[in-house]
Amino acid sequence: MLKSLHIDPDKCTSCLLCELACSFENEEVFNPAKSRIKVFTFHDQGRYVPYTCTQCAEAWCMSACPVDAISVDRATGAKVVSDDLCVGCKVCTIACPFGTVNYNHDTGKVIKCDLCGGEPACAAMCPTGAITYVDADWTGYDKMRRWAGKTDAGPQAHA
Amino acid sequence: MKHVIVGGGPAGVTAAETLRKVEPTADITLIGGEAGPPYCRMAIPYYLAGNIAEQGTYFRHEGDHYARLGIRYLNDRVEAISATDGRIRLAGGVDLAYDRLLLATGSRPAMLPAPGLDTPGVYSCWTLDDARQIAARATAGAEVVLIGAGFVACIIMQALAHRGMKLTVVAGSSGRMVRSMMDETAGDLIMRWCREHGVSVLTGQRVAAIEDGPTVVLADGQALKANLVVVASGVRPNSEFAAAAGVTVEEGIVVDGYLKTSVEGIFAAGDVAQGLDFSTRTRSVHAIQPTATEHGRVAALNMAGRSVAYRGSLGMNVLDSLGLISSSFGQWQGVAGGEAAIHLDAARYRYMDLKFDGDRLIGVNSVGRTENLGALRGLIQKRVRLGAWKDRLMANPYRFMEALVAVTA
Repeated sequence: MLKSLHIDPDKCTSCLLCELACSFENEEVFNPAKSRIKVFTFHDQGRYVPYTCTQCAEAWCMSACPVDAISVDRATGAKVVSDDLCVGCKVCTIACPFGTVNYNHDTGKVIKCDLCGGEPACAAMCPTGAITYVDADWTGYDKMRRWAGKTDAGPQAHA
Repeated sequence: MKHVIVGGGPAGVTAAETLRKVEPTADITLIGGEAGPPYCRMAIPYYLAGNIAEQGTYFRHEGDHYARLGIRYLNDRVEAISATDGRIRLAGGVDLAYDRLLLATGSRPAMLPAPGLDTPGVYSCWTLDDARQIAARATAGAEVVLIGAGFVACIIMQALAHRGMKLTVVAGSSGRMVRSMMDETAGDLIMRWCREHGVSVLTGQRVAAIEDGPTVVLADGQALKANLVVVASGVRPNSEFAAAAGVTVEEGIVVDGYLKTSVEGIFAAGDVAQGLDFSTRTRSVHAIQPTATEHGRVAALNMAGRSVAYRGSLGMNVLDSLGLISSSFGQWQGVAGGEAAIHLDAARYRYMDLKFDGDRLIGVNSVGRTENLGALRGLIQKRVRLGAWKDRLMANPYRFMEALVAVTA
């Protein structure tokens, strides 16, 4: 069964271990600037939001790539950049409406989350369970449950 | 059902593949006007720079890709369409019947209104064959005169500079660079950057003629002797044979919200099509890769009888000029009554200009930034109401990624 990253901002403490884990796993340096996952801080709300590629079904990056350098990893469902094929044209970086495909000046290629081949380092290192790697169906179920909870509240309010 | 697709660019290839997905048994013919497998024009500069081999420009990397999908791929050119009896005639003599026809014939370089374009050593840089010819002559230290300073010219400039050539760019009478892609502030930064990086950029000049040498003669009499002249002064849609068949053509082939032309059974997609513009809700030609693939996909679904409306194309470009990266999105010119959030640090070549309509982002000019650029598309395309985030962006336009996360996550 396909798995996906599940992010629960309410559990995030902004410890940034995910960013360190990602940059070390993928770039072999402890440098949050090279991380493919970023934690956004909203001080006024005391809210921290880890954010990365959702491996979206539309795959804007993949369809915009002119040289077929982005493909689906059949094992994980991740959209993966081939360094051998990427020419560094950056069209995917403007096509992705989530802003999660970025140009790497050092290599002249683009980088994005590839789920670490099925063992995402960010989820493994997250100490609070804000980032988990779970069955894709479960995240769907979770969404449905939350939605059902909201609709349940409606009639109760009138009761 | 017989589907014929004319044009082996991104719109045509995407359409053929989409049709195969939704109609496993349909008869699909894809016609490409140039020899060899379908390739991507956008990849040509990277071939010219020597970063990739010719095969690296191909859309699909398995040699039998089209045959395996049961897509008949022909190297030929269309001579005429007979819409009344649903047939097209190819230059090679083949006559094909169609139920649905897709015109994805792209564009071609605009002719410079000056004599001498056929002088030896003068090239367009549009086809893979043009690139081969240029690559054979583009030796390090050779002098090249590049006529044009738009997006395509700039990307060719990057490739030729990478080969170590000495460049002179004739920017034309407007005196601006990338003037149909970005505003004057951005164009000026790019021009100054190019000059600082060893490119001679001539402004306020018109090319009077090209003479033997090749030598580019300017209107003021100045003669630029070169080893190579590359002409990149705009493109024109390949729409003539459509017009001859009675299809309505304005700036390009006019299509409705389903990529249908004015003639029953005929669709158009990509650079040749004048389709719905997401920003203005009018019809525009957006000759860019993302629009071509979106058009190809939506046109194919409608050719297969599914009624799929197109949400409209969003103009956007990203350009690397000698290491300075710039991008623009949507209505970068802004709209009447709309505000702008501007940050300019000319000394460091950084510029961010967000254009708003009320509290919605509608367009962007950006220089010197590569991180999270797609978020700008996201904010525009989702028509996000920014609320309090608009004021934060007015104070600091670089916070756009935070704005996207805050408003949507």
